[in-house]
Amino acid sequence: MQYSCSISKLALLLLLFFVALPVNADKNWRVNGNSKATKAEACVAPVEEMRRNHMEMIQHQRDITVHQGIRKTDNSLHGCIDCHANVDEQGSHIPVNAEGQFCASCHGFVAAKLDCFSCHATVPK
Amino acid sequence: MSDKTNLARRNFLSKLPAAAATAAIAPGAVLHSKDASSAPRSEPVTSKVRWGMLVDANKCADGCSACVEACNKENGLDIHTNPAGADVDSTKWDQQKPVWMRSVKLKDLQSGKITNLPMMCQHCEHPPCQDVCPTGASFRRADGVVLVDRHTCIGCRYCMMACPYKARSFIHENVDIKPTLAPRGKGCVESCTFCVHRLDNGQTTTACQDACAKEGHHAIIFGDLNDPESQVAKALEKYPNQQIRDDLKLNPGVHYTGI
Repeated sequence: MQYSCSISKLALLLLLFFVALPVNADKNWRVNGNSKATKAEACVAPVEEMRRNHMEMIQHQRDITVHQGIRKTDNSLHGCIDCHANVDEQGSHIPVNAEGQFCASCHGFVAAKLDCFSCHATVPK
Repeated sequence: MSDKTNLARRNFLSKLPAAAATAAIAPGAVLHSKDASSAPRSEPVTSKVRWGMLVDANKCADGCSACVEACNKENGLDIHTNPAGADVDSTKWDQQKPVWMRSVKLKDLQSGKITNLPMMCQHCEHPPCQDVCPTGASFRRADGVVLVDRHTCIGCRYCMMACPYKARSFIHENVDIKPTLAPRGKGCVESCTFCVHRLDNGQTTTACQDACAKEGHHAIIFGDLNDPESQVAKALEKYPNQQIRDDLKLNPGVHYTGI
């Protein structure tokens, strides 16, 4: 987990370099599709901060939730998925870790191997 | 938390704020704090509460598995199926299937008396699973719920060996459908959580308790052992009861009567 976080940090710096290039305009790094996030004015923190620090926010949240039982928060993974999952033509949610979707598009590009979704749901409840 | 807490002092101190608050409000007007609010928890759990359970084996009906089924449904164990092609020998899957709550039948060989009871994590005050865990994943929450932090569990299964109640399971296969409230996945140990997601969201019942009551048996009473007014504390006072393997001095949160 620690290892993949440090990789993703490094990789996100690279990503921020590439994201400005028009060649990547078709990638799903920016919020697009028809998820709730496309209609929201802002995420729980400014976009720049989310890009760099979302993994720390989630990790902090997971510890206080598991050990202290605090579930009233904006920084839950559940919240990420609730907002960022797109809906397909049939009206069912597309998993956020499916190819080209919000989580997978960045993590795939930067080769960040993360283990959230072997346990956590990838579609809103 | 020291084990040598001066209980008399604590009891005295705990009454002070309540007395002060009552005095501050106009005479006759007492504000009631709502224990079971429906909002998700925003403050850390404290040791003021100790969740526990009383199981009445006399009321536990032979052949009934309502609590086990409710537990499986609540925590997504029932939607966990053997992946296709992963294991041709289906008996292996049946033997390794995660089980949080078991229905146990005891027979006294002399008298022939049959006793039924549910067996699950006993939520010990001094959990052996926590003692042996090499990563700190197995832990006891301040409110008495013994949990596995799956983020730090490495799946070594020492805790399964250490548990005198055989309460823990290991997830051997990938989980296809993940419940939002009770995330679980391959490679971790798991056990009864006292429906911790319910407790953290303001509910004060467990799925097994609700299912048992729905069947009309009312064999399971769940609640705060530290609150003398709670249903479970009153029942513990009223009925002779015991903790299973109390010789180990683990002080489980689950008590049994009628065994």
